[in-house]
Amino acid sequence: MLIRKPDDISSSEITPERVYINRRDFIGKSAGIALGGATGGALIGGAVGAALVGRPGRATAQASPGGQRDWSSVRSEMGEELTPYEDVTSYNNFYEFGTQKEDPVRNAHTLQPRPWTIEVGGMCANPGVYGLEDFIQPGTMEDRVYRMRCVEAWSMVIPWYGFALKDVIDRAEPLGSAGFIEFKTLYDPAQMPGQRGRVLDWPYVEGLRLDEAQHPLTILATGVYGRDLPNQNGAPIRLVVPWKYGFKGIKSIVSMTFTEEMPWNSWNRQASNEYGFYANVNPEVNHPRWSQARERRLGEFRRRETLLFNGYLDQVAGLYAGLDLRVNY
Amino acid sequence: MRRRLLLLKGLVWFLGLAPAVWLLWRGFTDRLGVNPIEEVLHRLGDTALIALLVVLSITPIRRLTGWNSLAPLRRPVGLFAFFYLTMHFLWYAAVDQTLDLEFIIEDIMERPYILAGFTAWLLLIPLAVTSTRGWIRRLGKNWRRIHRLVYVATGLGVLHFFWQVKADTYWPIVATTVLAVLMLLRFRWRRVRTRGPLPAVDPRG
Repeated sequence: MLIRKPDDISSSEITPERVYINRRDFIGKSAGIALGGATGGALIGGAVGAALVGRPGRATAQASPGGQRDWSSVRSEMGEELTPYEDVTSYNNFYEFGTQKEDPVRNAHTLQPRPWTIEVGGMCANPGVYGLEDFIQPGTMEDRVYRMRCVEAWSMVIPWYGFALKDVIDRAEPLGSAGFIEFKTLYDPAQMPGQRGRVLDWPYVEGLRLDEAQHPLTILATGVYGRDLPNQNGAPIRLVVPWKYGFKGIKSIVSMTFTEEMPWNSWNRQASNEYGFYANVNPEVNHPRWSQARERRLGEFRRRETLLFNGYLDQVAGLYAGLDLRVNY
Repeated sequence: MRRRLLLLKGLVWFLGLAPAVWLLWRGFTDRLGVNPIEEVLHRLGDTALIALLVVLSITPIRRLTGWNSLAPLRRPVGLFAFFYLTMHFLWYAAVDQTLDLEFIIEDIMERPYILAGFTAWLLLIPLAVTSTRGWIRRLGKNWRRIHRLVYVATGLGVLHFFWQVKADTYWPIVATTVLAVLMLLRFRWRRVRTRGPLPAVDPRG
């Protein structure tokens, strides 16, 4: 069994006992059903503070063998249950397919996620246009269980399948002058009927500061629950930044550009007093129209307290030392 | 004449109860979707606002068509609007916010759209209370004045709806347009009395 141990693990981030015990339980359950090249399940919790489930492996656009796995005993690093697959894939904000949560699952069948190309450009030494398989080639694929907190005050716990964004940043060799990365979603009203209206200024744009993008928690996901991403979840490849509000997780990405200037992300353009560039989950900084102090975890009755940086405080607080989070919301 | 009124009232009761029955059926058969608490909250709110717009359109329809037998429908439709608005507020307070007063008070004080909706509900309470024959008689001319608050409440309801959407303002724009057309008709009729005063209709029906 291969258990990846990144160099940046500090002793304080070793897998908590709760997760470790859960891991043994998990291995026991999954060993019998492991198929193909799988070497059985491993749960590497704590490497970057989030639950990493399953075998790290070669980067292919194939879904992980987790598709056949029993996910029922998998928990987040805080012991939270996963949001069911059906809920994760039928309650989506993806305005390219309609503005109601039920719209994307109904309408996203028009998207053709393969073949797919991604353009890497801007201030980097090694730009290029890649097919999906080539693009993700440097990545080490793994399952990661993350909380997902929407700016609308609801949340889920989702096992993504993907790799650290840093893996593809390193290949691009950003120049010293590059401070940010700007991502764009596909613009094609034929495939994305919601783009025929002007609800947002298409195509959807998101961005990260380079150090945020290089953070080990930041991933590009190609799957969920060990299966390929369904169209409504942003097939074939999307960003996941678990300490930020969900709208930062741009879907169906076609370009990645290194820039000197801070990218002007779509929701910031739509309403700059309501949605900032940083969009870090923060219970102290309310949306002008509603409270961010609590959230509804889908499937639960009573709202729960929202955690600063969505519970990833220890891992990411260092990125924002000296930054006024009320001004830079 | 009497029969037609009975039929119309039956229709109002049917249409008025249908949204509640529909929600109950969806609830008991697990058809409320991934976020059922929000779904019920929004559907109760939609229904209340639609019912308010229907109440306000009864008199214009009556003027345009001369169907004076519609007048007695204002009371049951208005009471259904109040019923759904009350359910909307109770669902918000008891289920959505699980009666956490600290958060409910913060919401009402600090979020303009919640204040607007809450005010609309408060304004409709005296109207619902004074909808009985006894109160209509006791208040005389003042009854009409008091019940003009329904315009204010509906306006606040539309504002409440508009203020909470993120980007897709389609339905709030539809609601605003309907209210604007209804108000314009009334102002026109108030100013230009060419058609003569409205025939007096007993609001008791």
